[in-house]
Amino acid sequence: MAEEAREGRSSKDHFEVRILRQNGPGQSSYWERHRVKYEHDMNVISVLQRIAAQAETVDGKSVAPVCWDCNCLEEVCGACSMNINGRVRQACSALVDRLLEDNPSEIELQPMTKFPVIRDLMVDRSRMFRGLTRVKGWVPVDSYENMGPGPRQTRATQEVAYPLSECMSCGCCQEACPQYTKIELTRQEGESEEDFSARKNEAFDRGFVGAHAISQAMLFNSNPTGKNAAGERLDALMAEGGIQVCGNAQNCVEVCPKNIPLTTSIARAGRATTLHALKKWFDE
Amino acid sequence: MGKKRVMVVGGGLAGLAAAMKLAELDIDVDLMSLTPVKRSHSVCAQGGINACNEQTRQLGDSEWKHFDDTVYGGDFLQHQPPVKEMADWAPRVIDLMDRLGVTFNRTHEGFLDRRRFGGTLYKRTAFAGATTGQQLLYALDEQVRRWEAAGRIKKYEFWDFLGPILDDQGECRGCVAQDLVSMEIRSFPADAVVVATGGCGLIYGRSTMSMVCTGSAVSRCFQAGAKYGNPEFVQVHPTAIPGADKLRLMSESARGEGGRVWVPRTPHDSRAPGDIPENERYYFLEERYPEYGNLVPRDIATREIFDICVNEGLSVETDKQCVYLDLTHIPVAELNRKLGGILEIYEKFQGVDPRLNPMKIFPAVHYTMGGLWADYQRTAEGGLEPGSPRNQVTNIPNLYAIGECDYQYHGGNRLGANSLLSCIFTGLFTAPGLQNLLESQSGAAAEMDASLFESERKRHQDQHDQLLRRDRGGENPYLIHQELGDVMTKAATVVRRNEQIQEAYQTVSDLEARAAKCSLSDTGNWTNQNVVFTKALQDMFPIAKAILKGALQRDECRGAHYKPEFAMPSLESTDAAGRQAEAEAWCDRFEANNEKWLKSTVVRWDGSEPDIQYEDVDTSLIEPRPRLYGLVGAEVIMEVWKARRAKQKAEKQADPNAAATVGS
Ligand SMILES: Cc1cc2nc3c(=O)[nH]c(=O)nc-3n(C[C@H](O)[C@H](O)[C@H](O)COP(=O)(O)OP(=O)(O)OC[C@H]3O[C@@H](n4cnc5c(N)ncnc54)[C@H](O)[C@@H]3O)c2cc1C
Ligand code: SF4
Ligand code: SF4
Ligand code: FES
Repeated sequence: MAEEAREGRSSKDHFEVRILRQNGPGQSSYWERHRVKYEHDMNVISVLQRIAAQAETVDGKSVAPVCWDCNCLEEVCGACSMNINGRVRQACSALVDRLLEDNPSEIELQPMTKFPVIRDLMVDRSRMFRGLTRVKGWVPVDSYENMGPGPRQTRATQEVAYPLSECMSCGCCQEACPQYTKIELTRQEGESEEDFSARKNEAFDRGFVGAHAISQAMLFNSNPTGKNAAGERLDALMAEGGIQVCGNAQNCVEVCPKNIPLTTSIARAGRATTLHALKKWFDE
Repeated sequence: MGKKRVMVVGGGLAGLAAAMKLAELDIDVDLMSLTPVKRSHSVCAQGGINACNEQTRQLGDSEWKHFDDTVYGGDFLQHQPPVKEMADWAPRVIDLMDRLGVTFNRTHEGFLDRRRFGGTLYKRTAFAGATTGQQLLYALDEQVRRWEAAGRIKKYEFWDFLGPILDDQGECRGCVAQDLVSMEIRSFPADAVVVATGGCGLIYGRSTMSMVCTGSAVSRCFQAGAKYGNPEFVQVHPTAIPGADKLRLMSESARGEGGRVWVPRTPHDSRAPGDIPENERYYFLEERYPEYGNLVPRDIATREIFDICVNEGLSVETDKQCVYLDLTHIPVAELNRKLGGILEIYEKFQGVDPRLNPMKIFPAVHYTMGGLWADYQRTAEGGLEPGSPRNQVTNIPNLYAIGECDYQYHGGNRLGANSLLSCIFTGLFTAPGLQNLLESQSGAAAEMDASLFESERKRHQDQHDQLLRRDRGGENPYLIHQELGDVMTKAATVVRRNEQIQEAYQTVSDLEARAAKCSLSDTGNWTNQNVVFTKALQDMFPIAKAILKGALQRDECRGAHYKPEFAMPSLESTDAAGRQAEAEAWCDRFEANNEKWLKSTVVRWDGSEPDIQYEDVDTSLIEPRPRLYGLVGAEVIMEVWKARRAKQKAEKQADPNAAATVGS
């Protein structure tokens, strides 16, 4: 299959890339076309690298290089998410051969739509990290002193936890989620950095926390020490913007590049919050 | 009344470990990184992290043996006290990471599972699937987020460190950095600055490293007067998947779990690998190194794979250099459980299932053993003094280096799964030293006269503005980077030859001059990646030159630094007496060579060229011995060597004036 594809386009020595650009926050976006020389084993990152080196559009116009985010180039850092041919995914694992198989005429790149654009394909995902703070996504150990090993855990427990711990905060699940809507604020005249960041966090905390954070809450609630803060995590999931916002559309699980069982986590969180609410009700 | 603060630059394992430990010690921390810290390069580490453990102990392992393997694997080029301390701490580091929730693989009974890595005979390596680095980094990232929520740590993500700020006494008082989004340049007063910015693989163009591994931060410290140690020691990993943008690593754990390296005995055999019968396969590592087999140390595996392809013409493919790395004899369920992550990478990027087909791999630049020179304070027992502010400090007071970007711990060659350990260890261990440093200082940097901070800020601002004002039509930074990568890969990786290095030095100097004339295709002041890259490129040259000059001058073979001209020979004689004589001559040469070259390369930047000096290595705990993996006549050499050392020791004891303490 791969071999065939390779033969198919070796005759074709260039291909076109259509990119939705935007110079800065709040500015209008525009399409731009680039022509890239075909090479073996290219992915979307190497395409963007060629475009940066050329800095020229299809019509020979000099332009600033397209801005984008990446680091690991092997789909573990989560930096390079974008919409490629209409589907949200990692640019580093988007192979040009496959993309041209699906659509030989061009490759289309757009920034994610659920996060504010900083410039071109680069977006601001700080809300995702805030989500992790919201659900207290950590194990609350006493200290970093030498206290011996952690509690023993069965292989079965590890095998449930491990897949959840692979979440790389890429944002694909939010991009695909119909309930997750963009929150974009701008810094006001005279507003200090701290005040602006506090205002943003407040807005983020009212918005939907997102599938990734729900799943992380379940990860820490299943850790033998992490469990100790299970109630607080469930409280967070029951607050405004919590699990009740999820409409169970299941789009999230389909786009997750790490195949994280998000809907399983969401179902678990649903049950756990219900029990938690009942328990609280009885306790009162 | 500014409270004292520490600036940690870099949020990989080392930087995060330092930040969280400092926070626990009630110290305010600023944490700066080019990327959100959760996306740091440490996420790429796959295989695992080493520590002696209860299981290996029962087979005779100990912290001392871990220490011994590390210095032997590193060809004795590292100062031994820091390595000893690290090996002693290793079990504690694993315990802590376990408590922090790292999803390490488990045995049936629920203990941590271990695998074997290169350069040791023990199963010391704890792992979390094939994404150990990611899991470790996340655990630390989570703790840092916890302290961030508590207000103890303040993050500056998407910021580029432009250089340390030194006062009139040459002491570090903070740093200057640039916001990658708004392009604002700002001074950060700090009572100590900890550089934890990782390796510099991008100097080689493509490597197994991430895109931010340009070495820019280290180079900026080097140019500000920090010394750089052992630049010529760059590890080339034996097994990577060649790609257009990156050489993706195939972890050593693939061999640790039983993966076998081979080529068809018939050059470019066109049959599918599965159709080639056993006796027509050349398992060259197993044949040449019966004891270690596929798990010989990295430098050796790399050279053998290189040799099989380049010198023996046995590459699997005609138009590309590669050998097979074969896992197909292992049950699929076991592969999925232990190596799932890395096998997915291969499948995803090559479109071939490595559970059913042998992978095609070739060596790639992977790790920088060299880095910023760092000090340490030795105890009488030969470890490090806990809480001493001297540990990990560079030659610039208040400026520290930890993690991959320091030059300690790995000597001439790093053993697999030892780096994650050295990163977390240095992060945790340095924090109490910083606490003591801060307590010993009189005033806080934040209370100093603002003019120092403002003038440094302005200097960087002017440089930046100048770069933006360049005329169009000059050199293209991306193309220069490609050329630099090609030259460095050719001259300063697996096999090094003096004429070639000399030539490369000239070419790199020419490229440096051209890079100084780069013009930008983006002259704006909003998220300008073009200017950030151009700066990083310009800062690659001092390090590139240090690597080349270090390699040129070091006329020997040690660890990853291999010059065929100076290789120690195998024994050739077939009769016992002849062998004995050859072995004696071999040992003479070995001793003479150590006398001359068992030294750290220490480089200073004089403004345009690297200036090299050599410093003695503290080998007082484990006496250097020949590294004889796979050499013909190794047993005879070892015997001669032992006899000789016993005799020298006896002579020394007879003469009480000879001070050196040897062995233990
Ligand atoms: C593919 C791969 C697999 C590996 N597998 C293993 C393994 O199995 N076991 C093992 O022990 N080791 C392994 N290693 C090595 C190990 O991963 C690294 O040595 C280690 O992660 C380095 O960590 P660090 O904290 O020093 O730096 P990094 O994780 O590289 O982090 C550097 C930090 O510095 C920041 N930074 C850099 N420059 C600047 C600047 N100018 N301004 C501001 N911030 C900056 C970055 O943003 C980042 O946060 C592997 C390496 C690779 C490449
Ligand atoms: S299941 Fe919930 S989180 Fe997932 S896409 Fe649907 S609404 Fe969003
Ligand atoms: S759950 Fe999956 S899609 Fe969502 S952020 Fe994590 S890795 Fe990305
Ligand atoms: S660059 Fe890290 S996920 Fe694509």
